Amino acid sequence: MSAVVDGLAWAAIGLGVFVCFSGAFGLLRFPDFYSRLHAAGVTDTLGAGLVLLGLMLQAGWSLAAAKLALILLFAWVSGPTASHVLARAARHDGLEPWTGAEGRRR
Amino acid sequence: MSVEYGLTLTLLAFMLLAAWALARSDDLLAAVMLAGIISLASAAVFTVMDAVDVAFTEAAVGAGVATLLSVRALGVLGERRAAGRARVGLPFLVVLVCGGLLLYGTADLPAYGDPAAPAMQHVAPHYLARGGVETGVPNIVTAVLASYRGFDTFGELVVIFTAGLGVLTLLAGSGVSGARSEVDAGDRDIIVRQVVKWLVPFVLLFALYVQFHGDYGPGGGFQAGVIFAAGMVLYALTFGLPRLERVLPPSRLRLLAATGVWLYGGVGVACLLRGGAFLDYAVLAEDAVDGQHLGILLVELGVGLTVFSVMVLIYRAFTRQRHGGVE
Repeated sequence: MSAVVDGLAWAAIGLGVFVCFSGAFGLLRFPDFYSRLHAAGVTDTLGAGLVLLGLMLQAGWSLAAAKLALILLFAWVSGPTASHVLARAARHDGLEPWTGAEGRRR
Repeated sequence: MSVEYGLTLTLLAFMLLAAWALARSDDLLAAVMLAGIISLASAAVFTVMDAVDVAFTEAAVGAGVATLLSVRALGVLGERRAAGRARVGLPFLVVLVCGGLLLYGTADLPAYGDPAAPAMQHVAPHYLARGGVETGVPNIVTAVLASYRGFDTFGELVVIFTAGLGVLTLLAGSGVSGARSEVDAGDRDIIVRQVVKWLVPFVLLFALYVQFHGDYGPGGGFQAGVIFAAGMVLYALTFGLPRLERVLPPSRLRLLAATGVWLYGGVGVACLLRGGAFLDYAVLAEDAVDGQHLGILLVELGVGLTVFSVMVLIYRAFTRQRHGGVE
């Protein structure tokens, strides 16, 4: 494998780890359910996506890369759907989004 | 310290934390989710230990279907624990003593992967050396599970069948004849419906792959049955139980559940009739290896059928309890 591809792979994995970490951070620090869901959703799609992309680059043209691509596709379909369902369920339950109007934290 | 060791320790610490949170939780739904997380983490531990077949089963059964069925059961029972703190003194003491005994017991266990361990001495070398040759099945786990230990697996299948019968017997009659109008119509959200409509065929295809590729890679009837059932349950969750029942009427599911056990036992009896021992597949074909392969394929199919239909039947029974108006 050329050094360029290797470097790109590690850059993608590193960036993915950073996004996952920031997603976890946001999940703990954001003020209300919806913004936390936003942070968690980024972990699912961009974070896991970048890590998988890096792994695909590491695997090269192989069956493993094809399987990783399928996992990526599955994560991209199921993750946003799950976020959507959660947000909708919260809305259905009457949970109002935090607008910063009253108090710092809900 | 190897990477695997660190990974295992991290996962075990994670499981301990989740177990602690579970014990402290008053919300039963959160407790069910935490139990699912513990299950998924233990599946990851099994993967690190190279026991992929076990990991696969744990992920599909423990983290998947068991969590789903527990959530459904909560739909009947309510999500809150009964008011008032339970007395913790005696249960805590029992847990402490049992846990202490288990920890004390681990001191006598052989080291992980020790080739001189008693479990590796008796028949294991034969399985490892001759399994692929004698059964024609490259996946040793499948060879041991379905052929060498075929009788044990038959027992497991009968246990699952009996469990299904038990649940159906307990829940039959109550709530089944409830108001039909209350039976769920599923999820009306267009995004969920579209995604599920696209996803379910692939889930079913994957289950079939796991079923028939179990001879060559991780997988087999247990995992495939659970995944197939998960696909059907996903369909029922989205489009409502009545639409699932149009595809799979309960009478057909009950027939399928019995057919799986019948197929497994029938293969055993066929071996007897052809002059072999019970579940000795070698006599099923002219060539002993071909016979073994055929027998393994058939009994795995029986396992898959029964597991699948029992899982869907239990899910259906819980769901009808909830919508039948018995609460």
